[in-house]
Amino acid sequence: MASTTASAFEYAPAPESRSVVDIAPSYGLFIDGEFTEAAEGKVFKTVSPSTEEVLSEIAQAGEADVDRAVRAARKAFGKWSALPGSERAKYLFRIARIIQERSRELAVLETLDNGKPIKETRDADLPLVAAHFFYYAGWADKLDHAGFGASPRPLGVAGQVIPWNFPLLMLAWKIAPALATGNTVVLKPAETTPLSALFFADVCRQAGLPKGVVNILPGYGDAGAALVAHPDVNKVAFTGSTAVGKAIARQVAGSHKKVTLELGGKGANIVFDDAPIDQAVEGIVSGIFFNQGQVCCAGSRLLVQESIQDELLESLKRRLATLRLGDPLDKNTDIGAINSAEQLSRITSLVEQGEAEGAERWSPACELPTSGYWFAPTLFTNVTQAHTVARDEIFGPVLSVLSFRTPEEAVAKANNTPYGLSAGIWTEKGSRILAVASKLRAGVIWSNTFNKFDPTSPFGGYKESGFGREGGRHGLEAYLDVR
Amino acid sequence: MPTNTPTAADALTDVTASDGSLRRFLHGLPGVDTVGLEARAAALGTRSIKTTAKAYAIDLAISMVDLTTLEGADTPGKVRALGAKAVHPDPTDRTTPTTAAVCVYPDMVATAKAAVAGSGVKVASVATAFPAGRAALEVKLADVRDAVAAGADEIDMVIDRGAFLAGKYLKVYDEIIAVREACGTAARLKVIFETGELSTYDNIRRASWLGMLAGADFIKTSTGKVAVNATPANTLLMLEAVRDFRAQTGVQVGVKPAGGIRTTKDAVKFLVLVNETAGEDWLDNHWFRFGASSLLNDLLMQRQKLATGRYSGPDYVTVD
Amino acid sequence: MSDKTDKTDQQQRLSVFKTYKLYVGGKFPRSESGRVYEVTDAKGKWLANAPQSSRKDARDAVVAARKAFGGWSGATAYNRGQILYRVAEMLEGRKGQFVHEVAEAEGLSKSKAADQVEATIDRWVWYAGWTDKIAQVVGGGNPVAGPYFNLSSPEPTGVVAVLAPQESSFLGLVSVLAPVITTGNTAIVIASERSPLPALSLGEVLATSDVPGGVVNVLSGRTAEIAAPLASHQDVNAIDLAGADDVLAKELEIAAADNLKRVLRPQPVDDWSAAPGTDRMTAFLETKTVWHPTGSLGASGSSY
Repeated sequence: MASTTASAFEYAPAPESRSVVDIAPSYGLFIDGEFTEAAEGKVFKTVSPSTEEVLSEIAQAGEADVDRAVRAARKAFGKWSALPGSERAKYLFRIARIIQERSRELAVLETLDNGKPIKETRDADLPLVAAHFFYYAGWADKLDHAGFGASPRPLGVAGQVIPWNFPLLMLAWKIAPALATGNTVVLKPAETTPLSALFFADVCRQAGLPKGVVNILPGYGDAGAALVAHPDVNKVAFTGSTAVGKAIARQVAGSHKKVTLELGGKGANIVFDDAPIDQAVEGIVSGIFFNQGQVCCAGSRLLVQESIQDELLESLKRRLATLRLGDPLDKNTDIGAINSAEQLSRITSLVEQGEAEGAERWSPACELPTSGYWFAPTLFTNVTQAHTVARDEIFGPVLSVLSFRTPEEAVAKANNTPYGLSAGIWTEKGSRILAVASKLRAGVIWSNTFNKFDPTSPFGGYKESGFGREGGRHGLEAYLDVR
Repeated sequence: MPTNTPTAADALTDVTASDGSLRRFLHGLPGVDTVGLEARAAALGTRSIKTTAKAYAIDLAISMVDLTTLEGADTPGKVRALGAKAVHPDPTDRTTPTTAAVCVYPDMVATAKAAVAGSGVKVASVATAFPAGRAALEVKLADVRDAVAAGADEIDMVIDRGAFLAGKYLKVYDEIIAVREACGTAARLKVIFETGELSTYDNIRRASWLGMLAGADFIKTSTGKVAVNATPANTLLMLEAVRDFRAQTGVQVGVKPAGGIRTTKDAVKFLVLVNETAGEDWLDNHWFRFGASSLLNDLLMQRQKLATGRYSGPDYVTVD
Repeated sequence: MSDKTDKTDQQQRLSVFKTYKLYVGGKFPRSESGRVYEVTDAKGKWLANAPQSSRKDARDAVVAARKAFGGWSGATAYNRGQILYRVAEMLEGRKGQFVHEVAEAEGLSKSKAADQVEATIDRWVWYAGWTDKIAQVVGGGNPVAGPYFNLSSPEPTGVVAVLAPQESSFLGLVSVLAPVITTGNTAIVIASERSPLPALSLGEVLATSDVPGGVVNVLSGRTAEIAAPLASHQDVNAIDLAGADDVLAKELEIAAADNLKRVLRPQPVDDWSAAPGTDRMTAFLETKTVWHPTGSLGASGSSY
């Protein structure tokens, strides 16, 4: 890595200032417009994954708190859903603007709590968060024209459970369309990244959002399960692992709850021999090393045409050697910390399994910090579809490289997974892009690019990657009573 | 001085055997995705270069400047002043490095040579009917010989963009070979593509390889005389080309973005491109140059700021 | 068939019975189990023996449906529309037979049954016209904030198990089956348990309507017995529970979670002749979004 080899042009540390964010020593649950202690008085600590420093102590929601929050959301639903769409829109526009104003503060906060580089929170997460609220704000008074019938009705109380990989962005994906369509919300952020959701509660306060419309319940899986199971929840939206997604699907069976699930993936990034190679290398890097690979739509399987495999791998390895791993607050950091000790141990064990199964492991020379949770960017070559590292979602900075000979074989291998979230295609031949894209069983396909997101663009999976779409006009359906 | 010879790229000699084989080779190079290339250049532009790294980058950038005057109104006085500036960019601080070269028209080479004598600053001369290049080959070669005879250390030639855009790659190649020969062993050759006229990134990659195959010591973006000159994206693309060319042939070629680079911030971004694309072997004025004039004063002001902690102003740098 | 005898003054002609068979992969097999069950009319009179499908029949039907999926989903929308319209034409020609079967199955008068059959044929026509329009209605370009062309298109979910409504043996059946295959899915449909004969006869119509074998597979028997292996089958992508009661529906929905099938829960339908919306089509569509960079004007034509 650049940070460890002696280079003539050694970039000096360029840390973003922490002083823009003021983290309180403790936070409560946000229910009915107030911060409040958990009924059972439990708390948990949230740490900075890059240093293991305790950032704050957070009230831990339990079943009683879930019930209280759902009641608050139910109480708020009547007035909120009866508001003219134009009024709901203005609240959302306010939220979007306040997020833009506070984006530096929120970016630093997110980097501290999640461990991802400030470069990403500053240039990707926060701009997308604001854009998402801005986009759905505009829908609130135009729902009659969205293609779901005249005056489509909201569902009621939405119970939302989000992951730790893009804490505030996933919150935006869930809350913006829910509020625009007139639902009220109880949202449970992940236990390792509760802070940005709690700061969002303060954004709601600044925006003057009516009490109970948004309720934030930090907690563990038990709180999420209680929320999903609550009989007065009309809509369940979950982003996270496929295993939990299946449990939720079972849990809501036979009920009238509407469900959308955005789950795991094992995306194939297919590079043909006529690809724009330098851009493909960048796409491979952003596909699997963006956010330390902790991305459900990561391009975790590189499928490269055998005729250019050696050349591509050489370019890729050279490129990986320039990645800068370290302090996430440093503006030049490309690879930050893994979000938690638990996730690190999962990555470590899958990688060890990959080695044990005979795949060839490679990482650039890379010195990892001594505290915090870190994993070096890793490539596996000599991988086949039979290897665990080619089948299981690792959710870390680990790329499995497989080869193919023909487009048919590329498509067959790409589709040979229970998942179906994302895929990439790299070729200069337009007709091949269209042909391959039409055969891939995946919800989001990037041709000659990767990991691009936009509030107008529907996102979601085929097969075991879940169902329902977030973003765009399609994203409204999940929160409307359309069937 | 280490100089490439036209035959250095022996591994690829058969590609230049005919117009057809040259075309097939150039058109067989990997394509360039415009959006991806520009996104990568922009991403590298967000590197934050501070304190010690910035001081290093500023001195390196100063040492890489080809301080340029290419005006119809150039006079011996103007060129002498430019030479003095190249040798002592900041008269108040003698630790300031010299620029790499001064860059002038052929008829000013002798004047420039005298102005920088003994300093190590090179004299570069544009030639080959710069900037349009629309003249007979013999005229262009005479232009080159004239400059070399006057003592030019470096020749900045323009390619025949018309021939390139008409697909006559071998004509362009042969012309570079001829100029290369006219340079002899005394002068290093920079080949200017006028990237703004080649228009597409695919063309820029092809021109880069064409120039390197023909024995260019440097490939250079532009003349500074058209609307679009050096950009982070086209320079990144050319850095990829020299990197790949060395990997394939063992021959190292330099890169010179020229025109439009006016601020320290811009220059540092270009150095980041060099560092993270071609690598540190190119972080030396033997392999990377800035074709610029006003850039130098901004570098000097920033250098003063780093030294003193207060912002400098245009009255504290010289305007030659 | 009920008219076992044809009484005339001159003589009695013995009518020819029809052996009802399953329709799987374009063929008409008996149940591999060898089982049949008695089908009676609304008053309890014997009408025919219908195959009582087993879990192995369900498995075979899934194989057939999967095999047919590539071709059917890959056919042009226009082609699918032509074929589905051909189904309507064939139905029109055999209207009398279906009126007869529906009247007996549902205990309707001839004229009420005829209304049902006509509505059913009209529904095929309606869906046939949707094949090349649904993508324009539910897909489209997305104006992303960057140099990308971004297009969302609907694609069929895959192999869909359909539990046909128990009460409406023909109109209900077609109202749940047609939207599934219109968009390019392939289907395994479990006929109304009590009244499977119109469904089994529909198989004969499909076989003569250019619908490729395996696109629709018709199974008769005990709904719960056949549905269970389909709901848990890892190569079935979705399930329509229209014909399940609440208890069965919950059980099947739980089983369906094993591979995250798309589940369409049973919904109260008072009148199958009411105009359907697009919901039954969109329930079994995936949205695929493809990003393409733009900016091909290159170095001097793009944004700086």
